[in-house]
Amino acid sequence: MDYDTMLNRTAVDIPPSGIRRFFDIAAEMEDVISLSVGEPDFPTPWHVRDVAIDSLQKGRTGYSPNRGFTALCREICGYYSRRFGLAYDYKTDVVVTVGGSEAIDLAIRTMVNPGDEVLVPQPSFVCYEPIARLAGAKSVSIVTRVEDSFRLTADSLRESITSRTKLLILPFPNNPTGAVMRREHLESIAEVLRGTDILVLADEIYSELTYNGQPHVSIASIEGMKERTVVVNGFSKSYAMTGWRLGYALGPAPIVSIMAKVHQYAIMCAPTTSQHAAIEALRCGDEDIAKMRDEYDMRRRLIVRGFNALGLECFEPEGAFYVFPCIRSTGMTSEDFCERLLRKKHVAVVPGNAFGSCGEGFIRVSYAYSTSHINEALRRIGQFLREEINS
Amino acid sequence: MDNLLKIISENPRLTNAEIAVMTGMTEDEAGEAIARYEQSGIICGYKTVINWEKLEQTDKVTAIIELKVTPRKDTGFEAIAEEIMGFDEVESVSLMSGGYDFSVCVTGRTFQEIALFVAKRLAPLDSVTSTATTFVLKRYKEDGIVLSERDDERGADLL
Repeated sequence: MDYDTMLNRTAVDIPPSGIRRFFDIAAEMEDVISLSVGEPDFPTPWHVRDVAIDSLQKGRTGYSPNRGFTALCREICGYYSRRFGLAYDYKTDVVVTVGGSEAIDLAIRTMVNPGDEVLVPQPSFVCYEPIARLAGAKSVSIVTRVEDSFRLTADSLRESITSRTKLLILPFPNNPTGAVMRREHLESIAEVLRGTDILVLADEIYSELTYNGQPHVSIASIEGMKERTVVVNGFSKSYAMTGWRLGYALGPAPIVSIMAKVHQYAIMCAPTTSQHAAIEALRCGDEDIAKMRDEYDMRRRLIVRGFNALGLECFEPEGAFYVFPCIRSTGMTSEDFCERLLRKKHVAVVPGNAFGSCGEGFIRVSYAYSTSHINEALRRIGQFLREEINS
Repeated sequence: MDNLLKIISENPRLTNAEIAVMTGMTEDEAGEAIARYEQSGIICGYKTVINWEKLEQTDKVTAIIELKVTPRKDTGFEAIAEEIMGFDEVESVSLMSGGYDFSVCVTGRTFQEIALFVAKRLAPLDSVTSTATTFVLKRYKEDGIVLSERDDERGADLL
């Protein structure tokens, strides 16, 4: 059978992940030091795991309501009110999803029509463009620049808007740059959006990981924005619960009800063991978050200093757990740098262009690793740079 | 716990400059804080956790000895503890609640050597009324460090 001609054209044409080959190379090597992984190195807090185990022991293994357990929806709304000053109705404004990823998929599929344009600030996480394309929409990249601390600026947003613009993705705190949009930056974005019919998908999955004493601000809390914003969040990064696959979306009831309908047909409901655990995380997990944030913050300072000391200029990230140092001074492309570093020193980092072509000239380095691991990787990168420069 | 102590308890090989940047101090402040902790005995020493079993050296045996003692009239448990910790073979001494008084960790080259140490040095001490020796067969975790190697199972192909 000629599958290529039979299968869905859009799905077939989506390019495969550009970093796959690095991991294939790394998989063949011994003693690889990786700083490439985008998930916490902490296990899920014990009390959260314990509640999940208890739910299994008690045989609570059935479905939940489509939108998620009422108790969980209440806790999610309570959390957004307590942490970010936003009031959502647990009955109508929330849907619990399989990770933040499903919430992004639902939101985009619910909001765009074929031919619509979706604005995606880049460098950013890789899923928005393929999902928009599968929905028949066109993804339009807005380049964020290191000079602007990788923030989305009102000017670049304004320049990208056309009559077809339907949706703006707002992925902050940002993977891979670590950039954060503070209140004043969000105000200027809101200024551009007010009076338009452009919707916003705020991907706030890293909202608990902000540093320098600057708590995350949700764009939905800016005047005139809540009515047009779907907020996506989840448990993966804040509570170290990546494998539980649990996230959620919050937004205006008319949007969320359609999302819930798509969710109902595609997924039925999010895994219930994870939902039980998530209730516990929201009720009793604030301290865990604070502890992990504190730990990431110390590593962040260590690694930023490390890269700057090696002469690879490193923007100081204010959120998430990545640094995004510039490697242009080496004269290598991002992919070249990463492949040579991997082959010569067995250190795995991710080329910046995996997050959009504008990420060329940078590498993404995760600091979800122990300090000794980080220091060993920095030592090897230092050796690598000296050898490359001398050769 | 203060972040500085937390950091060096986990990784004593960090330089003062690294500790400083992680805690938001200057390098001098970090150095002074560490010196103060050392002088006041809050930092008692720096230790490397070694998995001897990996060296396949069979000449290191560890035992935990439960000691029951009769506390002395004037000095209670203190003088007995001092006497016990004076032996080179003794790695650690702790006063315990519960069914016995001291937990003593002892290392030697062979089981025989430890048995002799208990019989000839520990048991005959004044005040010691009984000993119960248990040998360590395998160590899994020490000082918070897991000794067996575990692979990082995190999803490496995800962004």
